[in-house]
Amino acid sequence: MYAFELERPTTLADAIKALGGEEAQPLSGGQTLIPTLKQRLAMPSTLVSLTGIDELKGIKNEGGTLTIGGATCHADVAKDGSYPALSDLAGHIGDPHVRNRGTIGGSLANNDPSACYPAAALASGATIVTNNREIAADNYFTGLFETALDEGEIITAVKFPIPEKAAYVKFEQPASRFALVGVFVTKGANGVRVAVTGASEGGVFRWTEAEEALSSNFAPSALEGLSVPADGMIGDLHGTPEYRAHLVGVITKRAVMKAG
Amino acid sequence: MSEITLRINGKQRRVTVEGRTLLVDLIRDQMNLTGTHVGCDTSQCGACVVKLDGDTVKSCTVLTATLPEGTEITTIEGVSTGDLHPMQEAFSKCHGLQCGFCTPGLVVTAIDIVERSPDGLSASQVRKALKGNLCRCTGYQNIVASVLEGARAMGVQVTEEKETV
Ligand SMILES: Cc1cc2nc3c(=O)[nH]c(=O)nc-3n(C[C@H](O)[C@H](O)[C@H](O)COP(=O)(O)OP(=O)(O)OC[C@H]3O[C@@H](n4cnc5c(N)ncnc54)[C@H](O)[C@@H]3O)c2cc1C
Ligand code: FES
Ligand code: FES
Repeated sequence: MYAFELERPTTLADAIKALGGEEAQPLSGGQTLIPTLKQRLAMPSTLVSLTGIDELKGIKNEGGTLTIGGATCHADVAKDGSYPALSDLAGHIGDPHVRNRGTIGGSLANNDPSACYPAAALASGATIVTNNREIAADNYFTGLFETALDEGEIITAVKFPIPEKAAYVKFEQPASRFALVGVFVTKGANGVRVAVTGASEGGVFRWTEAEEALSSNFAPSALEGLSVPADGMIGDLHGTPEYRAHLVGVITKRAVMKAG
Repeated sequence: MSEITLRINGKQRRVTVEGRTLLVDLIRDQMNLTGTHVGCDTSQCGACVVKLDGDTVKSCTVLTATLPEGTEITTIEGVSTGDLHPMQEAFSKCHGLQCGFCTPGLVVTAIDIVERSPDGLSASQVRKALKGNLCRCTGYQNIVASVLEGARAMGVQVTEEKETV
């Protein structure tokens, strides 16, 4: 790998300072960024490691809101269990080794169109907390690998209101375990929300027609006859746009069934 | 360059690493512990799996200098002192390997799976927990059989021999 500077701050304040430098980039679990550096698809001159900062780690359940530190690994979220659908999602990301390193902040900052956490954040109406503001999930995901984060801005935590009912169903791309199509549904104080990952060229999105249908009848049968257009769906060697559009309907039904 | 103290296979080591030094490079090139393999170098295959403070990780995707002082690292060389570990015996007995390239990562992972399942282990649980370890030779049947055999030898009950999926 090419040579870079590595900063290891132990406080958020020091991390922000280090990120103020030229071409500095945060490093969390490294499960996405380190392979990217090896391929030289990114070549920051300074990496600022976040995993030594205690204030970015941990999970708190207070008054029906689950707050997860940005540098909390998937395995810890999987173990927590206070938002069962979210723990279920975290426990099925990649493999055990990836879950021991990869973090929620890294996943949401990366916003891979096939990643799992973006669907949970959008469907739960979560709030992305950074070092200088709070961003509603509805305003956070701005496109393929694009987010509302500014340069040098760090996700310090994610706040999830715990819904009454929720489930995530992922149709796995069997080699990578990423979602070929993944659907997270919730029913709660925010009404019904349906977020789809893995399918669209624009990244994670809300399927509003399904939300409306499910609002009056939260059952798989409410989705009969509904479909998303194949236009704008991802087409690659794993599946055509038409196939993915079809899967969105099927997987949404399964998610509603699983949510009960 | 930075200095860090690690406990590698039970021995305290003070090492000097660059920011870019991958954990697997420290283990293989500086510690001369060449049992840990590099298969893909892109966090896919699990040939490089070691334990960090009790958790399995892909050592090709960890920067050594980001580890906390005193981190405990266990490589395949450290799973037993002297004789083979019962899991290594099981892989040998059940033909859980052919070329052996994936084996160090698999054995480290397999021991971890068993240690996390004191109340019993099934074939389908083993398959799920092995998602991050690829083998190009065996077709996995004998690997699953080996892990279950190793589990028995480690005193864990096998709850289901054949998979349900
Ligand atoms: C084999 C394999 C299988 C996988 N399977 C899945 C899967 O099934 N589903 C899934 O969703 N993901 C999957 N992943 C991705 C995994 O979840 C990653 O851990 C995650 O996407 C990135 O998290 P990280 O902590 O490793 O981030 P890093 O790799 O450290 O960083 C990723 C990006 O985020 C930035 N960043 C990191 N933390 C922050 C922060 N707190 N604030 C701002 N920016 C930040 C970095 O600068 C970088 O650009 C898989 C990965 C691998 C290797
Ligand atoms: S060499 Fe590390 S996962 Fe393949
Ligand atoms: S025995 Fe050859 S790769 Fe597994």
